[in-house]
Amino acid sequence: MMERSTIQRSLPALAISILIAGTLFLAFVEIGFGENKVDSEDAVANRYIANGTTETGSSNLVTSVVVNYRGFDTLGEVTVLFLAATGVGAMINLLPEDGKKRSKGPKPSLIMTQGGMLAIPVIALFGTYVFLHGHLSPGGGFQGGVIIATAFLLYLIAKPDAKTSHRTLSLSESLAGLSFIGIGLIGLAVSGIFLDNVIEGFGVLGELVSGGLLPLIYIAIGIKVGSEMSGLVEKMRGDAS
Amino acid sequence: MNGYEWIFYGGIMALMAVGIWAILSRRNLIKAIMGLVIIETAVNLLLVAVGYVNDRSAPIVNGDTGLGDSPVGEVVDPLPQALVLTAIVIGLATTALALVAAVGYFRSTGTLELKSFTYGRTDETEVKE
Repeated sequence: MMERSTIQRSLPALAISILIAGTLFLAFVEIGFGENKVDSEDAVANRYIANGTTETGSSNLVTSVVVNYRGFDTLGEVTVLFLAATGVGAMINLLPEDGKKRSKGPKPSLIMTQGGMLAIPVIALFGTYVFLHGHLSPGGGFQGGVIIATAFLLYLIAKPDAKTSHRTLSLSESLAGLSFIGIGLIGLAVSGIFLDNVIEGFGVLGELVSGGLLPLIYIAIGIKVGSEMSGLVEKMRGDAS
Repeated sequence: MNGYEWIFYGGIMALMAVGIWAILSRRNLIKAIMGLVIIETAVNLLLVAVGYVNDRSAPIVNGDTGLGDSPVGEVVDPLPQALVLTAIVIGLATTALALVAAVGYFRSTGTLELKSFTYGRTDETEVKE
C-alpha cells in the first residue's frame, strides 16, 4: 500500500521534472558553450574587462564588479543576509517548545577537542587571508567570512558546552555593517556618488595595498559575514548553554 | 554548436530535473529543501557555464597570470561569476530560513512528513472540535 502510493506520486513528478528540464535544455542549448559573447562593443562585460583594473584598481575583475560596479547590489545582498539571520533568530525564539528534553549527544572525543583547538586558529587565519586578498586572488569578503564561521562551528562542535557571547557577535556585525555604509558615505561626500571608489589609484596594482577603498569594503563584509554566520550557527545551536 | 552543449547544459538540466523531482515527490521536508538546494546549484552552474569562453583564463590580472591591465580577449566573462557569488549567499540565507521553518513544523506536528498538514498541534485541534 505504502509502496504503491510512493510510485503513484513519483511517476508524475518524474514526468513533470523531465518536461521542465527538457524544455529548459532545448532553450539553453542554443547558447553556444564557450562561444565568444564578451568581446562585442555593446557587451557590458567588455567594458568591465577593458577598464576594470584601471577604474577600480583591483586585480580581480570579479571583485571589481561585486564591490565597485555593483557595490550597491552587494549592500542589498548583505542586507538580505542580515534579514535572514534576524529571521532565523526570531523564528527560533517564537517556535513552540515541544517540552521534550533533547539528548545532548555523545561528548566529543579527545582527538576532536584537541585537534579542533589546533585547527581553529589556522582556519580563522586562512579566512582572514581570503578576505584581505579579495582584490588580488579568488575569494573575498563573503568567502572569507564563511571560512571564519566554519572555525566557529568547529569550536562549538569541539566544546559543546562553551559559552558564547551573543552580544559581541552582534556588536561586531553591526559595526562592520555601519563601516560599509560609512565607506559608501565617504564617496557620497567627496564625489557625490554613493559607494564611489574615491582613491582608486592608491597603491600599486597587484599588491596588497591597492584598489583604494575596495579592500576596506571587503574587510567590512568579511567581518560582517563572519560574525553573521557565526551568529546563525549559534542561534541554531539553540539553548544548549 | 560544438558538442559541449550537450555535456554541460545536459548535465545541468539533469541536476535540475533531480531537484524538481525531489520537491514534487518527497513528502519529507528536509528532502524537499535538499531538492531546492540542488536546483539552486544547477542554476549557479548554468550561469557560470554560459559565461565561459573557450581557451580563456579566470578574470584575474597581474601576478602569475601574466595578463596585462586591460585583458580584452583573454579572460572569461566576470559578470556571471559576480552574480553567482550573490546567488550563493542568498541561497544559503534562504536555506537557513527554510530549515528553521522545518524545525518549527516538526515542533508543532511532531513529524517532518507533509502527509497530513494541519496548523497547530493536531491533538489540540481534535479536542476543540
